Amino acid sequence: MNNISTPVRRLDAVEKTAGYTKYIADRDFGDLLYGKFLRSERPRARLVSVRKPALPDGYYIIDKDDIPGENAIHMLGADWPVFADDEVRFIGQSIALVVGPDRKVLEELVNQFEVRYEDLPAVLSLEDSMALKGGALHNDDNCYADYHLLKGDPDRAFEEADHIYEHTYETGPQEHVYMETQGFVGVWEDGKVHLHGSLQCPFYVRHAVTPVLGVKDDGVRVTQAPTGGAFGGKEHYPDIISTALAVAVDKLKKSIGIFYERGEDIVNSVKRHPSRITIKTALDKEGNITAMDFDSILDGGAFESCSCIVLQRTIFHATGVYDIPSTKLRGRALATNHIPFDAFRGFGAPQAIFALETHMDHLAEMAGVDPVAYKERYFMKKGSVTITNGKIHEEVKLPEILARAKEMSDYDRKAKEYGKGGNRGIGLSFFNHGGAFTGNGEKAIINAHVKVRKRADDVVEIYVSNVEMGQGLMTTFSKIAAQTLEIPIEKIEFIQPDTDIVPDSGPTVASRSIVIVGTLVGKASAKLKKQWVDGEEITVWQEYEEPDFVIPWNQDTFQGDAYPSYSWGVNVVEVEYDPVTFEVSIVGLWNVYDVGVPIDRMIVEGQIEGGLVQSLGWAYLEKMEFKEGRIQQRTMADYVIPTTLDVPAIENDFILNPYPEGAFGAKGAGEIVHNGGAPAFVSAVEMASGKRFDTIPLTPERIMEAGR
Amino acid sequence: MKKKIDFVLNGEKISMEIDPLKRLLDVLREDCSLTSVKEGCGEGECGACSVLLDGEIVNSCLIPVGTVEGAAVETVEGIRESENGKRIIDAFAEEGAVQCGFCTPGMMVGAEWILRKYENPTSDEIRTALSGNLCRCTGYDMIISAVEAAAKGGRK
Repeated sequence: MNNISTPVRRLDAVEKTAGYTKYIADRDFGDLLYGKFLRSERPRARLVSVRKPALPDGYYIIDKDDIPGENAIHMLGADWPVFADDEVRFIGQSIALVVGPDRKVLEELVNQFEVRYEDLPAVLSLEDSMALKGGALHNDDNCYADYHLLKGDPDRAFEEADHIYEHTYETGPQEHVYMETQGFVGVWEDGKVHLHGSLQCPFYVRHAVTPVLGVKDDGVRVTQAPTGGAFGGKEHYPDIISTALAVAVDKLKKSIGIFYERGEDIVNSVKRHPSRITIKTALDKEGNITAMDFDSILDGGAFESCSCIVLQRTIFHATGVYDIPSTKLRGRALATNHIPFDAFRGFGAPQAIFALETHMDHLAEMAGVDPVAYKERYFMKKGSVTITNGKIHEEVKLPEILARAKEMSDYDRKAKEYGKGGNRGIGLSFFNHGGAFTGNGEKAIINAHVKVRKRADDVVEIYVSNVEMGQGLMTTFSKIAAQTLEIPIEKIEFIQPDTDIVPDSGPTVASRSIVIVGTLVGKASAKLKKQWVDGEEITVWQEYEEPDFVIPWNQDTFQGDAYPSYSWGVNVVEVEYDPVTFEVSIVGLWNVYDVGVPIDRMIVEGQIEGGLVQSLGWAYLEKMEFKEGRIQQRTMADYVIPTTLDVPAIENDFILNPYPEGAFGAKGAGEIVHNGGAPAFVSAVEMASGKRFDTIPLTPERIMEAGR
Repeated sequence: MKKKIDFVLNGEKISMEIDPLKRLLDVLREDCSLTSVKEGCGEGECGACSVLLDGEIVNSCLIPVGTVEGAAVETVEGIRESENGKRIIDAFAEEGAVQCGFCTPGMMVGAEWILRKYENPTSDEIRTALSGNLCRCTGYDMIISAVEAAAKGGRK
């Protein structure tokens, strides 16, 4: 076999292209009933009464009174109820589920409910939240989390500063727009609820459903169906659908499907957290950065979901790729009456990197220096102290990455030639992304197990709970096993994740699949190779082991190594700007990454390109607004994602930097690809327009309104 | 109110008693079990439900089945075994054009339309032709390369 990075054909490519792959809505479950939610129409209200419509034969209403266990969806916290009890906290919150055979009739029935609300003062902005408008929604301060970090002596640096620059940066919500909308089918089988769904984390769904039904772990079965994109949008949101569905299946003992239409999905599913990040920088007489002070605020929405963990990633990436001598940070995730915000590729890091990179660009401009030359001076190196007083343990190859990116994009010549306000611009961003769960989470919370089983026919099966959702996991995991065992990839079978069949190797999130679980698959395969006997059945298990070089993590103080390793990258974006219409066209895109060793160059390039374009959409096209707590963009015509005409051809390259703890030297690559597109784009538009910006999406309206 | 509709589906004459206002998308998926045709948005924005209608690419979610009377409808199920079809599938697999796969059958219908229309499509022509087919995974570049590669095999 060839080098691990040499592309192979994805194992699922032909079936998917030729239309054989059955997504959840394509499958035949026999006599299937459908479920449709009755949802809150108010952002914050007491639920006075719910008058149910008369039901035709064969139709049912499921609500809080039907829940055999707890009316609480267990994610990290458990504040989000399956069905609203005496209050509603956002527009779209589930109140009841109507079940029956005809979807049109279900829609009519949902409209026939008479819900009486007693409106309460709604929290519709971060200001409302900080002012505790209408009384606190969460604890007594509306903070899902309020974190503090300190490195060095920032107070002294600010005292002694020659100059201080402070500015605030904002990012908007982002909708995932996985092409396949949310979908689940629940069936009653072998005396328990069996859920099939489009999802990232089978064991998260099981963890959410079992307390609701009041059953033990194996009292519910969850099988992943082929998943048509997720991007974080199928990390926790499936818990919302599956808990309600499980209650209905458990009560009615019938097969029921819930399939969202696009508008329903856009308006009711979770989004990327909007952010407001203020950065204050202290500069000495020579203009060197001596300290930074961050105030990082995320809109957490109406329920906690995973906002605290997202915020942790935001704050641990606050200084990006830079070694800032002294830093101080306060990070908050605030409760509002917006829809809950949740996981989205990058998980809080893109917000931090956007604020930081844009801030650094502005500092460079004030210093009269090219932003790239300015930023280079602060690059982290091996041994640099991180914002959590941990250490960078790896060789940082940013100089090599930058050199290659400049060569590919011709950055130096273009930056010089275009100048400021010449209607053409080129922007370059630096960023990193910590691999896997934060701190000691991989051992303390997940402790992944994988199983590799050789059948008597010498085919090797991989049992993990991490799912194929487009990122190529089924192929890369098979490749790791095949190459370790030195057998053809055709002799590997990836078992469809199913909680009754596979061990819990953790969720498909946090850029952890390859670097953690793929590595375990590699180790298990190596064990199997030693025990290999032709024609015999052999099963091998492997458990996660924490690397021994890390500075131990303290989850209470957030001190130590937040991540054992990082991936690193540079995005270069070139634009043309029309000073009359304020429209921007992207004319060039170049990317260079250190992801250790790419397990499959083409698959990783697919991540790089898709993540970049998603990040560019967030940067300038994807506008989502709330008005009185209601999302204004309700269709794909209103919420516009990039098309083939919005992006040019893309060029990518890699700087190899094998990570000793990762399979074949691999590090994470799924999320870092969303971190740098927005700041590089904004930087390019700043060059082209001669204006300065601090908010995305950078729409033509915003460009027009921005002063010089 | 049902009505008798005759049309040619993937080369075969079919006849059905059906509500003429039912979306062609639903007829193909529910009545003909052709699940390569996906619903991505239901409003003609995403192209996941693309089919060929008398050789032209259309969003089947916007077409009431009553309007296809006498017309020829083609889906991936009718294209995948053809020479073009095999070449497209091969090129998509080879060029990394497939990730989650949900938009891919629609892209394949678009690719088939391009191969029939252009001898040697340029990347600009491919981008324009596929501008009604949204993909959230790939950033499009590898899809464009795949269609270019499929076209290079020449037209049968």
